[in-house]
Amino acid sequence: MNMILPTAAISATPNGTTRPQVRIVIVGHVDHGKSTLVGRLLHETGSLPDGKLEMLKAVSARRGMPFEWSFLLDALQTERDQGITIDTTQIRFRTRSRDVVLIDAPGHAEFLRNMITGASQADGAVLIIDALEGVRDQTRRHGYLLHLLGVKQVAVVVNKMDRVEFSAIRFKEISDEISAHLIGLGVKPTAVIPISARDGDGVAERTPRIDWYKGPTVVDALDALEPARPLAELPLRLPVQAIYKFDDRRIVAGRIESGSLKAGDEIVIMPTGKIAKIKTVESWPVTPVDGPQGAGRSVGITLDRELFLERGDIIGHTGQSPRDTRRIRARIFWLHDKPLAKGEQILIRLGTKESRATVVAIEKAIDPGALSNEENSAIARNHVGEIDISLAQPVATDPYTDNPRTGRLVIEVNGRIAGGGLVLSVDAGRPAVPVDIVPVESALRPDERSARYRHNGAVIWLTGLPGSGKSTLARALERRLFGNGGSPILLDGDTLRAGLNGDLGFSPQDRAENIRRLAEVATHLARNGHIAIVAAVSPSAADRAAARRIADSAFREIYIATPAEICEERDPKGHYAKARAGTLQGFTGIGNDYQPPTGNELTIDTSTRSVADATEEIERMLAKTGVLFDELTDLAANI
Amino acid sequence: MHLLDNESATAGSRPAPFAKASSVPGISDPQPPSMDHLDELEAQSIYILREAFARLKKLALLWSLGKDSNVMIWLARKAFFGRVPFPALHVDTGKKFPEMYAFRDRFGKEWDLDLRVEPCPPIDSVDPTLPPAARSAARKTEGLKLALNKYGFDGLIAGIRRDEEATRAKERVFSPRGTEGGWDVRDQPPEFWDQFNASPPPGAHLRIHPILHWTEADIWAYTKREGIPIIPLYLAKDGKRYRSLGDQDITNPVASTASSIDEILDELENTKVPERAGRALDHETEDAFERLRVAGYL
Repeated sequence: MNMILPTAAISATPNGTTRPQVRIVIVGHVDHGKSTLVGRLLHETGSLPDGKLEMLKAVSARRGMPFEWSFLLDALQTERDQGITIDTTQIRFRTRSRDVVLIDAPGHAEFLRNMITGASQADGAVLIIDALEGVRDQTRRHGYLLHLLGVKQVAVVVNKMDRVEFSAIRFKEISDEISAHLIGLGVKPTAVIPISARDGDGVAERTPRIDWYKGPTVVDALDALEPARPLAELPLRLPVQAIYKFDDRRIVAGRIESGSLKAGDEIVIMPTGKIAKIKTVESWPVTPVDGPQGAGRSVGITLDRELFLERGDIIGHTGQSPRDTRRIRARIFWLHDKPLAKGEQILIRLGTKESRATVVAIEKAIDPGALSNEENSAIARNHVGEIDISLAQPVATDPYTDNPRTGRLVIEVNGRIAGGGLVLSVDAGRPAVPVDIVPVESALRPDERSARYRHNGAVIWLTGLPGSGKSTLARALERRLFGNGGSPILLDGDTLRAGLNGDLGFSPQDRAENIRRLAEVATHLARNGHIAIVAAVSPSAADRAAARRIADSAFREIYIATPAEICEERDPKGHYAKARAGTLQGFTGIGNDYQPPTGNELTIDTSTRSVADATEEIERMLAKTGVLFDELTDLAANI
Repeated sequence: MHLLDNESATAGSRPAPFAKASSVPGISDPQPPSMDHLDELEAQSIYILREAFARLKKLALLWSLGKDSNVMIWLARKAFFGRVPFPALHVDTGKKFPEMYAFRDRFGKEWDLDLRVEPCPPIDSVDPTLPPAARSAARKTEGLKLALNKYGFDGLIAGIRRDEEATRAKERVFSPRGTEGGWDVRDQPPEFWDQFNASPPPGAHLRIHPILHWTEADIWAYTKREGIPIIPLYLAKDGKRYRSLGDQDITNPVASTASSIDEILDELENTKVPERAGRALDHETEDAFERLRVAGYL
């Protein structure tokens, strides 16, 4: 759903009456008469602006062409030149009891992405078929896409009945074929209507030429469409769009996709599973707001405790939370020129979450336009299929049968949407490992190690500009902790780039992957009781946020905030000099690409204090936040 | 990935998400208030504005001072709880009505906007093959390009609506522009389920259209409901009013007796005259407006 929420849109008219608004899309094979039907519908419902029909008739006459109803839609010069409609237009008209917003979707195969853009916004669809040509590949393909896009109300019109002498037999043949196809997809047509869009039969009235037909006209069928309802009865789903700290409030912003919420509710944040209570529901100009807020509202909430959450998390009520998973099976349509194959690296968007992912398996790749299904190892452009996706990080989602809003995803390639589809099933909580890999747990329990080392496992993350003193401090801290009997392990960003991360460069994607690997290795060490000291420039706040999510509450972020001029003056590795000379690309330090942290556990400026002094301060922080055992607490525990 | 279990002595402990009693609202709880048409439009626009703010680095909102962009600023204040967290850019032709400048100066301050006023280049620098009014409007496109280069915005929030004009009906909510600001109507990426293409290639920018799905009547009904200030030129005086405000020399009033927002809404209910009827540039040749838009006009 793109532009308008799938809700009972009641448009309040100035005279105080209310009329439901429905959004419809007209789809079908090219040249089966879609634009002609739209032009005719506008005329029959008295919806044309004054002078528009006359103007177009005059333009036609000037060009020496007979007037066509489809000219009404062909607002763009390019369309007239090519003789096909090329994109979604939205036009409004009224039936007896409905305001209809018509999303004009084209029939040309080239522009399936535009049909999808339009149809994804629709409450209902009209599928048009030429009586002479019958059901064609594009007819079937559009039927399939309506199913995938979740459009349930579909009226079929059999157009150009004048070309088959209004034959009831021909009509029944087509009606039977398309009904069987749609019902096979789980879509039951609301009506099948014989019409001539050019002459007007069956559009607004049943003319004598189709007196054998007793069903609704096109206008009747549109009048019977129901607007989609908000998902109020489903469990709460609030995907987090952003966290705002414009003032002393920390507001979690998002749109309620289903269910409702209010101040005092106990919530769970997925995929991390953290629990909190809603303190207030914030608004503007009046705040806070009392009472529940329902599906479809864009809201902001504050929580009763400070905890880490980020864009892409989904908030639900405890006991009714979405699943967390790193593996999804989805039924998708594919729009990219290059077929989607097994092993392909893609970007998945689920609500406000984005995650890199790998296509692990492809099942049932088919051309929905063809009569027989072809099995394939790749999904070609404009085809559909079922795929297994392995995600680089855990996400929160629902199967689409449980929640149609949080159970759908899109796939991006090179920053452009290339496909989309429905979440069929999820493997809750299972990491994305192939089935023949069995993780082996350590023989030692964490408390056995911590009793010996006198500390808990932790990830100490030192971030800052090159030359800020991260490595120096990390080494001093390592020596100090080891001297006290602990088990520190240094993970230096540059050192790991020489081996584990040797395949990575300095693009934003590679930097993110570099940080992810560092965080995964460090977390593994921390889980086994060691203190992993990570020294890495890690300029991106988003990447560091991802690292914090991986390490969870073991994460301690220390910002080495040495001024940039001093870092450049020190230049221990000679990088600044090379970057200034233009011989080092992708270097962080010159320019503004370092994003300083907020909410870090500690900030240290090494230009104003000694290494020993700074190391002690880190130790104090570690003791205060429960990583290093406090001797007194320890003694007390032994009494 | 969760680091902690109950054995681990690390600070804090991870609560068990499924163990606690459910706090799901019961049937006896008060039901959330139902949403009317304007509530839905507002919620969708706020969603779009927040997506733009989350996904782009350097945003600006194009403030033309008209009814639509005033609604847009109001929506941004709602989305971000009272403040507009990006600059409001007024690309000034220098030929607006005095009432418009007075409005800008007053509400730029009252709404605490980060207002940037950018001038347009002289008319000589604009494509001389365009008809006169379109050429005059194209100056604004040039002014916009200069402002883009000056600040390096990667996203421009614009208050266009699908129902205004046929070529605007073709727009996406997140609409990519070329490095020259141009719009390729034939190569638009798909956009569905509120998933937006928000990655402009280097040097290019995105237009974001948070009120694309509103109608002229929606704008007025919302302006009235929220009490958003308007420029008095929209209300009828001596049998005429402006339905759409542009430059003084290429905008004409329409015949009207509507002297309040309620009367405007009544008038819109019954009119078949298009909103931009008073905009000279729309009517010079069949394709003038489209040519302007392909070149980067709003």
